[in-house]
Amino acid sequence: MKAEDNQETGLKEKTETGKLKLIPIYVMGKRYQVPHALTIMKALEYAGYRFIRGCGCRGGICGACATVYRKPGDYHLYVGLACQTVVEPDMYLTQIPFYPANRAHYDFAQLTVEPEEIFKLYPEVFRCIACNSCTKACPMDIPMMDVISAVKQGAIARAAGLSFSCIQCGLCVSRCMGELPQYHIAQLARRIHGSKLIPRAPHLTAAMTAAKDEKCQKMLGGLMKSDIRQLITSYNSREIEPEMAADDWTPANCDYL
Amino acid sequence: MPYTGEPKKLISVVEKTRSERLSRKRKGEEFPLMSLEERAAILQKFHPDHKEEGRRELKVGASKGYSIAHEFADLLEARSRVAPDLVDLSNVDMETDVLIVGGGGAGTAAALLAEEHGAKVILATKLRHGDANTMMAEGGIQSATKREKDSICLHYLDTIGGGHFKNEPGLVANLVTEGPGVLSWLENLGVAFSKFPDGRLRSLHGGGTSRRRLHFCGDITGIEIMRTIRDEARNRQNINVLEFSPAVELVLNAHGHCAGALLYNLETEEYILVKAKATIITTGGCGRLHVQGYMTTNHYGATADGIVLGYRAGLQLKFLHTVQYHPTGIVFPEQVGGLLVTEKFRGAGANVLNINGEQFVNEKEPRDVESAAIIRECLERGKGVPTGTGKLGVWLDSPMIDILLGEGTVERDFPGKYIVYKRFGIDISREPMLVYPTLHYQNGGLEFNDRSETTVPGLFLAGEVSGGVHGENRLVGNSLLDVLVFARIAGKNAANYARDKARDGQMTLEHVRFYHKELEEAGIATDRIAPILLPDYTDPEVRKRQLTAH
Repeated sequence: MKAEDNQETGLKEKTETGKLKLIPIYVMGKRYQVPHALTIMKALEYAGYRFIRGCGCRGGICGACATVYRKPGDYHLYVGLACQTVVEPDMYLTQIPFYPANRAHYDFAQLTVEPEEIFKLYPEVFRCIACNSCTKACPMDIPMMDVISAVKQGAIARAAGLSFSCIQCGLCVSRCMGELPQYHIAQLARRIHGSKLIPRAPHLTAAMTAAKDEKCQKMLGGLMKSDIRQLITSYNSREIEPEMAADDWTPANCDYL
Repeated sequence: MPYTGEPKKLISVVEKTRSERLSRKRKGEEFPLMSLEERAAILQKFHPDHKEEGRRELKVGASKGYSIAHEFADLLEARSRVAPDLVDLSNVDMETDVLIVGGGGAGTAAALLAEEHGAKVILATKLRHGDANTMMAEGGIQSATKREKDSICLHYLDTIGGGHFKNEPGLVANLVTEGPGVLSWLENLGVAFSKFPDGRLRSLHGGGTSRRRLHFCGDITGIEIMRTIRDEARNRQNINVLEFSPAVELVLNAHGHCAGALLYNLETEEYILVKAKATIITTGGCGRLHVQGYMTTNHYGATADGIVLGYRAGLQLKFLHTVQYHPTGIVFPEQVGGLLVTEKFRGAGANVLNINGEQFVNEKEPRDVESAAIIRECLERGKGVPTGTGKLGVWLDSPMIDILLGEGTVERDFPGKYIVYKRFGIDISREPMLVYPTLHYQNGGLEFNDRSETTVPGLFLAGEVSGGVHGENRLVGNSLLDVLVFARIAGKNAANYARDKARDGQMTLEHVRFYHKELEEAGIATDRIAPILLPDYTDPEVRKRQLTAH
């Protein structure tokens, strides 16, 4: 990759004087001048940082770049993902790439759907004082306090649903007065829900058997040995399931079923 | 950055054509699909893979003479990070049955299976456990699970047709046959697939599929799978995860077998020698090489490290002359440029449109064809939409989805993307998205077989680092499946190999010395080192002042 064409910052915009519009930000208290429209992550890189920690998918989904910041004259603590949050003039920021959180060990196969299982593994769930700091700290807008509240009430499905978009960045843990590991608790609730509470896909067993049965494997073997012209013919004559059809649509042509 | 100025005005053009497009969609009238001949012609002319000036022949190694993108060639025509003479191979730091290099979906699934087959496992990964492209997969996972309308044979046909009929048949056969089993395994571990109330899996079309067999967990299928299998790995005592410890070289032994790897602690800058009876490379892809200057959807760590390791150890390259540009990457707002907009938006009914609000390509073409058509619309036909930030894109008309499938569908089914846009003041259930092709996937990679083995005994592969499963172009939903199918095979076979077949022998880095010699003989005098491990996005002006760095 050539340094000159920086695909990440994509800096194109210039002022009349030919210079970028720069604003000051304070990274862990130290002042840097960075282009005004960049995300925090790209601004740090612009300033000369090369990340080892605190940078992951760069797409707001992996939880590596949790960041907290304050603005001048404002006592609020703001949170965001460095890869998703645009810099503001005079913001004071620090990344929190890791925050220790207690995680229970369990034999997942042996767990039941009884809420007591979660209580035993994470007794600290009852230390929640409903201060709502976790919810305020969530960069994904998850109502984390409600997730914990649902767990306490044994409403595992509700906890799973509310926490579905959790990226496990750890900001909730960093703000918790009750010292809970919210994202680990939510993970356990989601796994129990996904595996043991919602109905299993009833068609999977038949599909597994069909995939390996003799007739099917023989037909597959035939395709594997076909020359390219035969394959192209078969490919071109595939019947395409209509996009808006109901799920129980069945094809007219049953050649490969 | 909400839409302002010209793009904002152009949205009204999209709105004007919308009701007519909706009525056509409801009637099942579609923009015609291209014939295979039309596909070949558009790819030849507009797909970046076909640019001669974008690639060169390799001068060294097992695939010498093979022409691949300069960005790959630069990595392969580079020296090791560490001089072999500096490494004391008699001083082993850690020993294990199975060493897995790469802690994404493939590495984690392989670790689970190896452990289940009795192996002690070390999982070494460059960043955090789970930092990988798997985490970022949005679309879903293909598999023929509905036997009344679908079969593994149809999945096979779709896959090799998408790959230009060049895929390795044995690998594709594995991919499709093991599919339903992988879904069942995930369900068992607690992955919450989007389902109908009776448990039946919801499924959608993707580009190049003949049946709706793309299974998903909202639009965050990858993170749901990754965080679930990672959670399971954390429960297993015999899986030891080493984070921030990428492998920088494989170590062979006197028999020519793989004997482990040399790791590099990114934080303390120490090298760590791990001796292993079997090794699995699961390092993933290459997006951060920015092939041909394209933006990428990929993870920060996607720097093709495994390709370098395997190639120096003597493995051949397969299909690495093709990389995949995802048709719909975000091109506005600039701050999130390059990010993936899942194909599932098109599967759910969103049209792809030019500046006049017209369709110009069927939304269900395979990815390479769809991308080439978008590039043609913007560059040749001059019908791209200016973003206001100096780039061109096309519209992806997401508001159609709420109209077709009910108010609130976009927010419910695409929560990940909905929030990304919301942060910039754009409501994608009301306003369309501006997209352009973005570097997404390494179609090819190192050669391996249907047992996940390589030509070096004791060395296995799984996932994006390998080549052959997808031929010259991968279909949506076949990557998560590939990752898990071949990781499970690799994990099991590596554990069995470690128990039954591994032979102890003197460890050596002779292959690295030999590779350096080959570079010199080919007249390649370079200070490039590989793997690069991390991309460098420092401002060039700053870099000039970093006199002693890197």
